[in-house]
Amino acid sequence: MYNQVVMDHFKNPRNVGEMDNPDGVGEVGNPLCGDMMHIYLKVKDDKIDDIKFQTFGCGSAIAVSSMLTEMAKGKSLEEAKKLSNQDIADALEGLPKNKMHCSNLGADALHQAIQDYESRRDGVSLKEPEPQRKESHEHSEGERCYCPYCDVELGDDFPTFCKACQSDLGEEH
Amino acid sequence: MTFLNLDHISANPLLPEVKDAMIQAIQSDYHNPSSQHQAGEQAAELLEDARQKTAQLLGAQDAKEIVFTSNGTESVNHALKGVAFANREKGKHIIASNIEHNAVHRSLKRLSSHGFKITSLPVDQGGRVDPKEVEKAITNETILVSIMHSNNETGTIQPIEEIGKVVKDNHILFHTDAVDSVGIVPLDVQELQADLLSFASNTMYGPTGVGGLYIRRGTRLFPMLDGGTQENSKRAGAENLIGIIGHGKAAELALRNMDTRQEHLSRLKSLLLEELPNYIDEYIINTNLDHSLPYLVNISLKYIEGESVMLMLSEEDIAVATKSACATGSLRASHVLLSLGLSHADAQGTLVISFGMENTEEDVYRFLGALKNIVDTLRAMSPLYKKANQATAQG
Repeated sequence: MYNQVVMDHFKNPRNVGEMDNPDGVGEVGNPLCGDMMHIYLKVKDDKIDDIKFQTFGCGSAIAVSSMLTEMAKGKSLEEAKKLSNQDIADALEGLPKNKMHCSNLGADALHQAIQDYESRRDGVSLKEPEPQRKESHEHSEGERCYCPYCDVELGDDFPTFCKACQSDLGEEH
Repeated sequence: MTFLNLDHISANPLLPEVKDAMIQAIQSDYHNPSSQHQAGEQAAELLEDARQKTAQLLGAQDAKEIVFTSNGTESVNHALKGVAFANREKGKHIIASNIEHNAVHRSLKRLSSHGFKITSLPVDQGGRVDPKEVEKAITNETILVSIMHSNNETGTIQPIEEIGKVVKDNHILFHTDAVDSVGIVPLDVQELQADLLSFASNTMYGPTGVGGLYIRRGTRLFPMLDGGTQENSKRAGAENLIGIIGHGKAAELALRNMDTRQEHLSRLKSLLLEELPNYIDEYIINTNLDHSLPYLVNISLKYIEGESVMLMLSEEDIAVATKSACATGSLRASHVLLSLGLSHADAQGTLVISFGMENTEEDVYRFLGALKNIVDTLRAMSPLYKKANQATAQG
């Protein structure tokens, strides 16, 4: 299911654990959608001096967290802000299509932690971050339903195919 | 380390006797059972022998009431769609439950897009359908009730006999999806009062690719496949004879060894449940232990996610199933677990452990040892565990 790079980061996660007195914290996700990620930062001279993560989630969510911390460590804040979901997924040499949302979670958590650090530094209160992704794919009769691969709303009430990204959604999507 | 299969709900190994029967069948190059010549008649005899053994296993009065299909899903589709379209003049209302397998769930969804009205009944905290709720849901328009015998995720067995009585008292057709029960737990279509019953051979250690549908004589339904007159004109297409011969052997052994099977599997399940608290804490048993399959336990491990547990166990050569949203690829928590009232977070940490005849007590201990380490590792990594601990410390 997962490639060797992903499995390596899942089995031997780097920088896992809590951090005493972090300079910035990012908390994203929701158990509703199956994953939740906390990122803790220590910042020194505008650089990420140390970074740790805690994650509740699947193999891919854990691998994304681990790879993200490796990539961000030692980077300047400006460089770290530019780290995208795609960069993390690329560094992991690809994720299964229906797990790409896990990489979104990683970049979101990092960016939120940096934002938290900057707010504390500048003495401004951090406003509630805009949700970057759909928090749930749960839906019942009459509710809107989104493609798990590209997040486009699916119109048909019995969708098995996403026209937007040409994905076969199978029996359960 | 040797491979340890604790995922028998997904696949059972073939019994040696079943393998032998199938190898012999492959080497014999049997002809088409529909052919009139001697070679065809010889094949037909073997086909009918397997049908007879299946009828005995289910308590069917006549072997002709058994129709072989390609799997449980096809049987369920045949039962539901076949009855719906053949009886639509009488009414268009069908009753099922919230915890049915997707074969039922999606078939009914398909039928609803053809104008059928579906009532899906909730389950109680024990994961069971109340027969009184079935009775209340019946209308003049109701043509079919379909309630599963045992649930594939929780292993909980439904009060099918009581439901069957309610349904038949109201002169409505009754189907039960018994795919995960037949061959392991004793059941009898007369006692259940089922008009239709779906089963699959792999549950009883027969081959995948063979399933079947019991159709009580006189039940009106259309075939799913139109074509030749195979299977008494109820399922067209040349039969999977080699598979069916293997299934016949599996059905014969299931009937003969039912008690031994139940005893062996129940012992392993009880051992697991007894020992579990000695290895891990904070879990929920989602299986109704008073009414459940002897071989399956569904456990929610709090604060961690099921796919991670499954992958780590897999690294230790141990196979289990999980119903977490992430693992199914659906990004949705299991409808069965949510129906039981489980929170989304708890539903994510669900493992389905299912024993088979080759498992031993040592296997239970090996699994528990591995599970303990994995749960410790993942909880140390989990922000939910941290939060729960902080709350406890403060409270």
